[in-house]
Amino acid sequence: MLTVFLQFLFSGLTVGSVYALVGMGFNIIYNATSIINLAQGEFVVVGGLMMWFFSDSLHLPFIVSICLTILSAGLVGLLMERLTIRPLKSHDLLLMIMVTISVSIVLRGILAFKFGKDPYDYPAFSEGDPLNIGGAIIQQQTLWVIGITGLCIILLYLFYNKTIIGKAMRACAVDTTAAQLVGINVSRMVMISFVLSAMVGAIGGIAITPISLMEYDNGPMLAVKGFCAAIMGGLGRGRGAVIGGFSIGILESMTAGYLHSGLKDAVALVILLLVLFLKPAGILGSSAAARLRKF
Amino acid sequence: MNRDNSLAVLVLIAVIIFVPLVSGSAYVITIGVFSGINALIAIGLCILMGYAGQVSLGQAGFYGIGAYVSATLTHHYGLPVPLCVAAAMIVSAFAAVILAVPSLRLKGHYLAVATLSFGEIINIALNEWGPGGPSGFGDIPTFNILDFIFDTTTSYFYLVWGCVVLVLLFSFNFINSRTGRALRALHGSELASRAMGLDVTALKIKVFVISAAYASLAGSLYAHYVTFISPSSFTLFYSILVLMMVVIGGITNLWGGVVGAILITILPELLRSFEEFDVLVYGLILTLSLMFLRRGLVPLLIEKIKQLRGPLIARD
Amino acid sequence: MKRTILCAAFFLSIFIFASSLVAPCTAAEPYRIGAVFSVTGAASFLGEPEKNSAILLQDQINKAGGVNGHPLEVIIEDSKSDETQAVLSAKKLLERDKVLAIIGPSTTGESMALVPILNVAKTPMISCATGAGITQPVNERHWIFKVAQYDFSVAEALFAHMKKHGISKVGILTITTGFGDAGRKALHDMAPKYGITIVADERYGPKDSDMTTQLTKVKAIGAQAVINWSVGPGQVVVTKNWYALKMGIPLYQSHGWGSKKNIELAGKAAEGVISPLGRLVVWDKLSDKQQQKSLLKKFTSDYEARFKNEPGTFGGHAYDSLTMIVEALRKVGPDKNKIRDYIETRIKKWPGTGGIFNMSPQDHCGLDKDAFEMVVVKNADWALTK
Repeated sequence: MLTVFLQFLFSGLTVGSVYALVGMGFNIIYNATSIINLAQGEFVVVGGLMMWFFSDSLHLPFIVSICLTILSAGLVGLLMERLTIRPLKSHDLLLMIMVTISVSIVLRGILAFKFGKDPYDYPAFSEGDPLNIGGAIIQQQTLWVIGITGLCIILLYLFYNKTIIGKAMRACAVDTTAAQLVGINVSRMVMISFVLSAMVGAIGGIAITPISLMEYDNGPMLAVKGFCAAIMGGLGRGRGAVIGGFSIGILESMTAGYLHSGLKDAVALVILLLVLFLKPAGILGSSAAARLRKF
Repeated sequence: MNRDNSLAVLVLIAVIIFVPLVSGSAYVITIGVFSGINALIAIGLCILMGYAGQVSLGQAGFYGIGAYVSATLTHHYGLPVPLCVAAAMIVSAFAAVILAVPSLRLKGHYLAVATLSFGEIINIALNEWGPGGPSGFGDIPTFNILDFIFDTTTSYFYLVWGCVVLVLLFSFNFINSRTGRALRALHGSELASRAMGLDVTALKIKVFVISAAYASLAGSLYAHYVTFISPSSFTLFYSILVLMMVVIGGITNLWGGVVGAILITILPELLRSFEEFDVLVYGLILTLSLMFLRRGLVPLLIEKIKQLRGPLIARD
Repeated sequence: MKRTILCAAFFLSIFIFASSLVAPCTAAEPYRIGAVFSVTGAASFLGEPEKNSAILLQDQINKAGGVNGHPLEVIIEDSKSDETQAVLSAKKLLERDKVLAIIGPSTTGESMALVPILNVAKTPMISCATGAGITQPVNERHWIFKVAQYDFSVAEALFAHMKKHGISKVGILTITTGFGDAGRKALHDMAPKYGITIVADERYGPKDSDMTTQLTKVKAIGAQAVINWSVGPGQVVVTKNWYALKMGIPLYQSHGWGSKKNIELAGKAAEGVISPLGRLVVWDKLSDKQQQKSLLKKFTSDYEARFKNEPGTFGGHAYDSLTMIVEALRKVGPDKNKIRDYIETRIKKWPGTGGIFNMSPQDHCGLDKDAFEMVVVKNADWALTK
């Protein structure tokens, strides 16, 4: 019985770590701009597919492929910000969010053209049998994904708290005008946030592709799940997305295991709704802080 | 309802009457039918967003309820179609109340996710418990009133756009009524409206109900036209598409919903010849339109017209 | 002001460009056949090979002099795996292009949405989808045919194999799309006939990334085999999870498994996976006496030479439907009524990629139950099994 429970838990962790990584990407851009970037899922897909391109198609060494993938994703983020968000110079959040949706459609069109509609994968980071813990198995790649998620949290924490750029970005999050007044180049912060968020998304894509395969149209589903994760934990909170992601992942897996697999997404969403109704700003978010922001 | 809008409704009616006479092609009229169905939902979302300032990513849920309820009642129980359409609207209205009451505390992105979850839950419920499951079901009777069956594309076109005109008239009356003015106050500042003694909660629920009823009507019309429905037509992607229509057309004006719906329905048809590039071109056009139109096509046009008229009527 | 002009110019240019392309070109009296395929969207795994097959066949026929001297023009519309788009595509083909017949759509839902339109337009349609409702009840489906095998034939093939190997309790995994749902219903309908009990009935979404939970449940409940009915990456993920869990019970896949790409993606996890596949996928393993073999060989090698990919079972559906219509055109000329009658009454013992067809006024599909071969994955290749 315990074995079965553990197995459900591990499955939930696998799925949840994916959601958490996407959710973290949402927070980076939200923190600097209040925009929800719905092209976040496409960043993940770009990560997975470019990694395949560099490592399996061009046969570059593993580390080189990872670096090139992250760089190219950063470039996608940069182009997106330069070509759409910056020229808009708008304060209309709804408009900006719609622009991110239309950009995601463009990205999907390009990906479909470049990679076709087939799913892709490449070998896991480490060879070998899955680990056996109390009779339940956990794939090595899952541990990699969880480890990478942890690493990203630590790096982002250090970035936001220890570096001058990170602190400046947090200032933008609190009050853009005030940040501008103290001499922070807000528009550069926005640009950095897009590049950073694309990179985090791509890292997620690189890590999860060996588990779940990657297709050109995986983006919207990943974006929705990541968005839900970020909201559940409280928007803008790095750890919130992680808590949200793992909660949703484990909820889905437990529902599938103990209730019925057809209902797993529904139960996770119902719980999300309940969380929102009880704590309108998410698990970690404070309503007082939320009230300060327009969105 | 002001003079400009009455005039515009008359123009719309004239266009509706003339389109089938002039074009004569069932293909063009079919596009018209789907434009009208989309316009119904878009108008509802316009009121919800432009006038009450509430975002919704769950309109597909109401659309689905409308389609499934009236399709099931007519197909399985053989009840008259108009009755079933009305029943579906009532069911959707109830669902809207259930969603609206707890959601009122939420705003912005949190409200968006709450409505999104609602839409997805409805979709999963249709997959699990809907007649036919994920495969959906067909052989739904076409729309009929007593003995008159709307079985030609042209008659259905008139039916759908007739509904659009009625919905528009009702909506203009609604937003110019006391409730409508209260709504605009709410959009301006929720705190101020509360202080003025407005029952903000009741207002918001009312608007949710209206937009849900429109979406439900659209869903029923869709089901009785295509005569086949499956849950895949009522997903989050449709909700986002409706949002896109409203934003492109202009959120602050009901006509924005109508114009946006028509444009977004026609666009993929124009792009058919691009074949595998159509997604890319579609995305590019959307991006550029959003960037150039900003507040939407209709408000932009109105502004231009006012500018042209400006020198003539110096003090307006 | 500048923005308005720019904007107007932009929309106008798009419109003019698009409409110039939309306008039908008038060649020297071609025979026009419409095709509605889900080239993009959730069912693109069906529409893509179908589209390619139709193009391939069209070019081959035209190179060989066309149909009775007329060039053949197949106008392919992408229905984006969406019923609304399918309706619009069909209306466009019937109105604008004045097609003589329609092949497709790829999915059951889209086909069902087109049934009333084709009945009103009195134009024959040969669907490439599996659902039995497409051609039944046959008196209300006067103009509708289909070439894809019934789902219950797949289920029967699976269960017959299990019965032979003493399996009586199975757990099933299906994808929550029309494809998986149709399979799920077929499995439930056919299980009693073969004395098989379905002890676990699990589902997953098309983009799910881990199915360990569902498989663990199946294992815990004591099933003797797992059936997975899906298409796309889901079936590879299930295979990988099944392998990682070391479940000790065989994994059966549906006919959606029939692509070498799946073996490639699943790697060594795919070894031993059993599935009923159309003969198109395993033509090189068939005996030379098999009636379909030469046809399958030619089609597969032509397709692979041109598209650097396999046609799979689904590409074969487009090949069969278009070939049927072209044969009818050759014999009776461009008359919708006669084409329909020809297909209904003259397609007898007709070898196609999907099997040997026998159409009749009572059966608008005309495929026998043993259109499938049981195939096991061995050394990263297909191998026939009994």
